[in-house]
Amino acid sequence: MPVDGMACAMCAEAPLPSPAPDAIADPDAAPRTDGEWTFDATPHAVREGLACLLKSPALASLGEEDRGTAELLLAEALNNVVEHAYARWTGDIRISLRSEGSHIQVRITDQGLPMPGGAPPRGELPEIEAQEDLPEGGFGWFLIRSLSEDLSYLRLGDSNALSFRIPVDNWTR
Amino acid sequence: MNLQTEHQGDVLLITVADDRIDAASAIQFKEMMREIVSEPSERVVLDMSNVGFLDSSGLGAVVAVMKALGPVRRLELSGLTATVEKVFRLTRMDTVFIIHKSLPEGLRHAS
Repeated sequence: MPVDGMACAMCAEAPLPSPAPDAIADPDAAPRTDGEWTFDATPHAVREGLACLLKSPALASLGEEDRGTAELLLAEALNNVVEHAYARWTGDIRISLRSEGSHIQVRITDQGLPMPGGAPPRGELPEIEAQEDLPEGGFGWFLIRSLSEDLSYLRLGDSNALSFRIPVDNWTR
Repeated sequence: MNLQTEHQGDVLLITVADDRIDAASAIQFKEMMREIVSEPSERVVLDMSNVGFLDSSGLGAVVAVMKALGPVRRLELSGLTATVEKVFRLTRMDTVFIIHKSLPEGLRHAS
């Protein structure tokens, strides 16, 4: 089963909350590009969910390079949930995106295992040694920590909540 | 995962026809590549010009293929797109592979 039916139905037309009447009247009001999605915690659902997120107003308007960074960051964070948080049982991943001018605020929640030690890994780049000993893993958190800003993690009851910002340099509109 | 294989002179040219190597396809990519590169050839060139996205799982799989080549051959990569190039550069894996901007002279894209 790929992406949650409700979330997918909203994919083409992203889930914009209807703005309050006074927000419409305000000419300075930034366009609302908030959205929230729910995926199954499988690699294929994450792949399809990412395609969905990239079409959302928050990400579709990014310049090509920022969009590549956003896709990489979201893929790493979501796949970590699939591989580690839901290593023993499976469940849903919920993600919200909010455009805030110079960045996009991301929040990802799941009901999987807590992060070991109650904190995200430090994500140091694995040592590059001889070819036969090259690292095949350990790049994910390095990439997240290199590309994101203001990373924070909370264990709230049975849930994990990871928040970070995707910096934005260029908007296409 | 769709990989096209061609011998061109002393080069085994493998073209990734898919547009991504990610957590959903990395294991299959690695297994197919290991089988393909078990054929003898002087050089192995992986044409990645169709691949717009590669995550850390995809990077790990490409590294695993390089290791599967053994001590004599190195994996040559060709045509990295912007996001893929960024992953190699940030992780410093661009220092480990031979990377060509486009297909090395004498090679032509798979038909």
